[in-house]
Amino acid sequence: MSHYSLLQLARHSLNGHVGWTPAWRSSGLKERYDAVVIGGGGHGCATAYYLAKEHGLTNTAVIEKGWIGGGNAGRNTTIIRSNYLYDASAAIYDHAMQLWKTLGRELNFNVMMSHRGVINLAHDDNEMRQLKRRVEANRLNGVDAEWLDARQVQEYCPIISISPDARYPVLGGTLQRSGGVNRHDAVVWGYARAASALGVDIIENCEVTGLEVQGRDIVGLRTTRGDITCPKVASVAAGHTSVIAKMADIRLPIESHPLQALVSEPVKPIHNCVVMSNAVHAYCSQSDKGELVIGAGIDPHISYTQRGAFPIIEETLAAILELFPIFSRLKLMRHWGGIVDVCPDASPIISKTPVRGFYINAGWGTGGWKATPGSGQVFADLVANDEPNKIAAPFSLDRFTSGRLVAEHGAAAVAH
Amino acid sequence: MFLIPCPFCGPRDQSEFSYGGEAHIARPTEPEALSDEDWANFVFMRSNPKGVFAERWHHTAGCGKWFNVLRNTATDEVLASYKTGEPPPAVAGFQLATPSGEPPIGSGNDGTKVVP
Amino acid sequence: MSMQTFRRKYPTGVNGASPVTFRFNGRQYGGFAGDTLASALLANGVHMIARSFKYHRPRGILGSGSDDPAALVQVGADPARTVPNARATELEIYDGLEAFSQNCWPSLAIDVGSVNDAFGRFLPAGFYYKTFMGPPGNWMMFEGLIRRAAGLGKSPTAPDPDHYEHVNRHCDVLVIGAGPAGLTAARIAAASGARVILAEETPELGGRLLSIEPSSRTMDGQSIAEWLQDTEADLTRSPEITVLKRTCAFGYYGENWVALVESLQDHVPEHARRADLPRHRVWRVRTAQVVLATGAIERPLVFHGNDRPGIMLAGAVRTYLHRYGVLAGRTAVVFTNNDEAWTTAFDLHAAGAEVAAIVDTRDEPGPNVTAKAKSLGIEAFTSATIVETKGRRRLSHMSVMSLDENKQLTGGPRWLYADLLAVSGGWSPNVALFSQSRGRLQFDDTLQAFRPERSWQAERSAGAADGVFDFAACFASGLQAGAEAAQAAGFATDTPQAPACSVDPIDGESGIEPAWDLPSAKPPARTRAFVDLQNDVTSKDLQLAVREGYVSVEHAKRYTTLGMGTDQGKTSSLNGFGVLAGALGKPIADVGVTTFRPPFKPVPFGAVAGQHVGDHFHPRRTTPMHTWHEDQGATFEVVGDWLRARAYPRAGESFEDAVQRECIAARTQTAALDASTLGKIDIRGRDARTFLNRVYTNAWMKLAPGRCRYGLMLNEDGMVFDDGVTACISDDHFHLTTTTGGAAGVLSWMEDYLQTEWPDLDVFMTSVTEQWAVASICGPESWRVVGALLDDIDPNPDAFPFMSHRTGHIAGVPVRVFRISFTGELSYEINVPARYGLWLWQQIMDKGEPHGITPYGTEGMHLLRAETGFIIVGQDTDGTVTPYDLGMDWIVKSSADFIGRRSLTRSDTSRADRRHFVGVLTDDPAIVIAEGSQVIATAEEQDPRTPMIGHITSSYFSPTFERSIALGLIDAGRNRVGERVYIAQRDGEPIPARVTQPNFMQHFGRAT
Repeated sequence: MSHYSLLQLARHSLNGHVGWTPAWRSSGLKERYDAVVIGGGGHGCATAYYLAKEHGLTNTAVIEKGWIGGGNAGRNTTIIRSNYLYDASAAIYDHAMQLWKTLGRELNFNVMMSHRGVINLAHDDNEMRQLKRRVEANRLNGVDAEWLDARQVQEYCPIISISPDARYPVLGGTLQRSGGVNRHDAVVWGYARAASALGVDIIENCEVTGLEVQGRDIVGLRTTRGDITCPKVASVAAGHTSVIAKMADIRLPIESHPLQALVSEPVKPIHNCVVMSNAVHAYCSQSDKGELVIGAGIDPHISYTQRGAFPIIEETLAAILELFPIFSRLKLMRHWGGIVDVCPDASPIISKTPVRGFYINAGWGTGGWKATPGSGQVFADLVANDEPNKIAAPFSLDRFTSGRLVAEHGAAAVAH
Repeated sequence: MFLIPCPFCGPRDQSEFSYGGEAHIARPTEPEALSDEDWANFVFMRSNPKGVFAERWHHTAGCGKWFNVLRNTATDEVLASYKTGEPPPAVAGFQLATPSGEPPIGSGNDGTKVVP
Repeated sequence: MSMQTFRRKYPTGVNGASPVTFRFNGRQYGGFAGDTLASALLANGVHMIARSFKYHRPRGILGSGSDDPAALVQVGADPARTVPNARATELEIYDGLEAFSQNCWPSLAIDVGSVNDAFGRFLPAGFYYKTFMGPPGNWMMFEGLIRRAAGLGKSPTAPDPDHYEHVNRHCDVLVIGAGPAGLTAARIAAASGARVILAEETPELGGRLLSIEPSSRTMDGQSIAEWLQDTEADLTRSPEITVLKRTCAFGYYGENWVALVESLQDHVPEHARRADLPRHRVWRVRTAQVVLATGAIERPLVFHGNDRPGIMLAGAVRTYLHRYGVLAGRTAVVFTNNDEAWTTAFDLHAAGAEVAAIVDTRDEPGPNVTAKAKSLGIEAFTSATIVETKGRRRLSHMSVMSLDENKQLTGGPRWLYADLLAVSGGWSPNVALFSQSRGRLQFDDTLQAFRPERSWQAERSAGAADGVFDFAACFASGLQAGAEAAQAAGFATDTPQAPACSVDPIDGESGIEPAWDLPSAKPPARTRAFVDLQNDVTSKDLQLAVREGYVSVEHAKRYTTLGMGTDQGKTSSLNGFGVLAGALGKPIADVGVTTFRPPFKPVPFGAVAGQHVGDHFHPRRTTPMHTWHEDQGATFEVVGDWLRARAYPRAGESFEDAVQRECIAARTQTAALDASTLGKIDIRGRDARTFLNRVYTNAWMKLAPGRCRYGLMLNEDGMVFDDGVTACISDDHFHLTTTTGGAAGVLSWMEDYLQTEWPDLDVFMTSVTEQWAVASICGPESWRVVGALLDDIDPNPDAFPFMSHRTGHIAGVPVRVFRISFTGELSYEINVPARYGLWLWQQIMDKGEPHGITPYGTEGMHLLRAETGFIIVGQDTDGTVTPYDLGMDWIVKSSADFIGRRSLTRSDTSRADRRHFVGVLTDDPAIVIAEGSQVIATAEEQDPRTPMIGHITSSYFSPTFERSIALGLIDAGRNRVGERVYIAQRDGEPIPARVTQPNFMQHFGRAT
């Protein structure tokens, strides 16, 4: 693996960059692995990386049905924040936040982590109450968060409309300065490259067709490119988790919904932070290329088509224009959809399953991207030790039986 | 933007309806008799299949009736609709198809195979 | 004004009789009505109009429509109206048009950003992934620079003064594209009586017919112009057709739901734009059948130096010549790998341009074209390629070299001098919409392009969009598609009769030979052959991507940003796949295509949002008494969609003082609240009781007619989600109330259970929220007011007990009065038919006046109920609270099952140390805790984190107890009553407080 640096870039520039080598090894499928990660998205590649790096499980494969990063990792709006209400959520998302801060150097791959600040807007008294409750909880949990009144919101984001006549006037909001955006492809490629360098096989165009379960233990899996013997199988197949779990006769509290997003044509820098509004259901940032990156709410129905209904796009842009009337003449350049695993309490599942050796990381709903490094790291820990650590424990499957939900839904949480 | 054939009103745009999730999950008649696991299974666990799926829709902007639909969640093809309480009609002869033209891999639609 | 020295004639495309003047980069130019900015600038000899995205290289005009990748300009300087990234090849000029080059500073000619070009070799694809990853924040430093260099045009900085609209249409046949195929398809479909919509992206019908030498063909003996006139007249005659020009079909969604965007005013001089017309209109079309006659897109060739202004697509050169009468250069070279492009040389020659040469990568071009070139004395290089071009801001000359049988360079260069290079790498059917509809593509070797293979929806492609290029065949294909579509939609058509069109020997000849990545005479390090002219993606970048393992077509696209610009790769994608295929040593078919995502071309946000902006974004609901509140200067809050009077500050009175005054009146005299927004559901039927007994946590079987009862609703998870009072009118008739925000949700939730779980129950529910107006009169004196109002009800509390209701009249108007209280005071809720609401309110104010009646708002209501410890669902609960958590065990029946009951006994839900609803009193009575504050156990905060034991849900200064009061949820709160807790403060010491039970009336011994 060639090392990346300004110097290397300059050196390779002199001979037309013919000297660069593949970012990750293209490897064939072995018959036996110590651990197999199903799903080559951000969480999957991260899981494999930490399995190899922190637990010595270098004989690990990432099995990806398509091309790595082609699912939700390549379809999300890359918003990074950790200002969640409940202790359990704050713990895992802020763990991720700390990892994001140095991930580029750790992976020797620039993930373009831009800590430009995330604002969550409040539009009525109830939202004010809920967001103030959250911002206080964040502060006491050591998560950076501050309260802004409407004027301060506009100071931080000058282009936002705080007109009191708006149907959803901006009354105030929370600001997490360490929040921001990054480059989704780079994260996936960076983890894959680093994992590959540690010995992990990245297997693309390989679909899992079955899980081999003997008694209550997993012993391997079948794929379109051959069978694998393996004592530990970790599913990180967001969107298709239920499909994978069904191969082991496991039912999950998960429904798969379309989630849509869009970008505008690129324009010169105009929007300097990330703005999110739960009430009008839209969020918006500007990419380094200059595109406005805008996310919508989920389509209500279950679907695996990666397509939603166009009216959701219409409503989302109407909401964006409510917040940013100056964007009306900018143009929608591209819109698309992904498939998100949604849990009843809008919190993830990081858990053992009734099948020994089969682990699930899923249910991140609309907000999984921001957790990628933290999720991969604690999930790797669970897979390696067969016991959830303190951060992962609250997200076990049994919470749906005991009733100990991590209820981040409702007004207290912003879904995305 | 699919059309939903309301059994009472006929085909209407998706946007007239609200969604009710998986159908045929009857509320237990004696919840107290259930274990916590069985109760959780009723309240939370769902089959969420990729393929033919029996689901509930409510004609909110129409007749106000709840009814069931058979839909292929891999393609959003609506196969049939039927009234609450009726069993799902057999879709014999129906062959699951994926949209032609989607990349065979990574499209999210490759769980069911292309009809030749 | 400069002369239009390159204008040759005034064909149908432009109106020579109406000259137009416009400004570009501050300089005034002349053109004609019908010109695009591109055609007008070319007429004035202006080729360089933009800078590219990454290297800021000079960019000219490549295409002649929505396919052009890089000829982008900023329109207008008005901060509210300016439009970035407008495509010069589509932008129609009008008097007073101001356009500017973008992404360049200080000027188009001298652009500081072009240093990127000098350092180009250090900035290959994805260079940013390999550096700037130093200490935290390091990236942020470089990001600023990179962001400023990137982007294209500038966003408006003021709100859009124009408006937009959506219209919905159903039709039988939607024809997209009005070229030869689309026109014939629409004509025969319309003749069948089918409802037809014909959508044409440009201002004119005709498509490719406008881009050929007008005299070169006749149809049914008519000239092209005559035939087009007839056809259009014919179409507009049929009653069932809608012909939409300047209308782009941009999205093809499920079950033939297609979105079109029509531009109504952008081409009109600003002073002439109509305020009553929208700027754009989005047509939301649901159609039985679709005919895709979207034509084809020409591909440039990929060779070193292929990106200079003056290098244009061969087809575009013909379009400018024939549609706009503009000669794109004085001396031209044509460079191609197919016969069709040779006609460009012939047409240029006929128009009086000098054709220096035709360069063809093939060794044997078609006999017809070679013969014709010979007869015209045009030199032709076969088995040859262009290896280099010169000219800083406009092409000046180029060098040609021969290719050997392995397509490698051989021999020496020969220099050709020309200011125009017309290139063609062949035509690709425009399959974007077909692909959006989920049709399957196949790679066609004779076309060297993807074409439709199998449909998924009810659509058919016709003409060039289906890979049919010769004119006669295009007409036939359009007719067949139109006829089939109409028949499939249930209409009979006459047998298709294609116009007999005169044949041009060159028609249908292509003989195309793949030439994806032409060899360069320079070493790789110094070769730059552009694939994507907007994003500056070179063939070298794609090879680098492959070298670094980004071999999946989607990876390569994302790594190099190929085709991710505003043109979405219309001219570049396939060339890119060709280069990748070469680098991977695979056929293109195996490389595959990237997904064609909607929209086909960029659509303004405003158009997508349509009329649903500003006041139309989301409705506001008001009560019958609303105008009265406004007149009294009330402040309002939005609850659900309702505007509710929050308080009635008097002149010079603060909001807080008003709330205190209103509450004192309610406790000491009498006060009235507009409670009309409460959700109301009329429930009837034999089994209404049984139904209520299942949806509420408490017992309803024995509630007598005339009585009322408070109830809680849980979801199956056992958590409180709504509450309200329900009155028994008669054994089979109940009046149920919900929270203001919850009304709709509660009704559909109950309908769900009724219809799907208990269809055997005889129950009927109707929302009557807006049928009843409600005024709540409370306070010790309230019974006097009620007495003065009512004709026939004795309000005396003894005669009219708490939690009962009566039916009576006020001045003959029937009313329902409920003796219920949310404030702890004696109070009466008067319901009247909504149309009497305002009248009732005035009656109350008049009759109440002697008793000092005071209108009070929601804030006072919240405060009063807090003094008695009543909850507000959604404020004191958040979806994680059970009735036991609220200390409302008394409301949970043991006699029978109800929704959510089973969940209450789960291990976590039945914990004794859950968060309980309690009162909180600060040691300092003057301190009012901020709602949302967190409760902690210690006097100091801890590092790094402080455990939280609860939070404050409601907090007020109580005039009744003349001190602050608060309600909250605290871990095992009921076991802590009397204990000390602290309220964390962002700035300052935690506030000491004590836990109490939530009913302050009782706590302070004021309970009745």
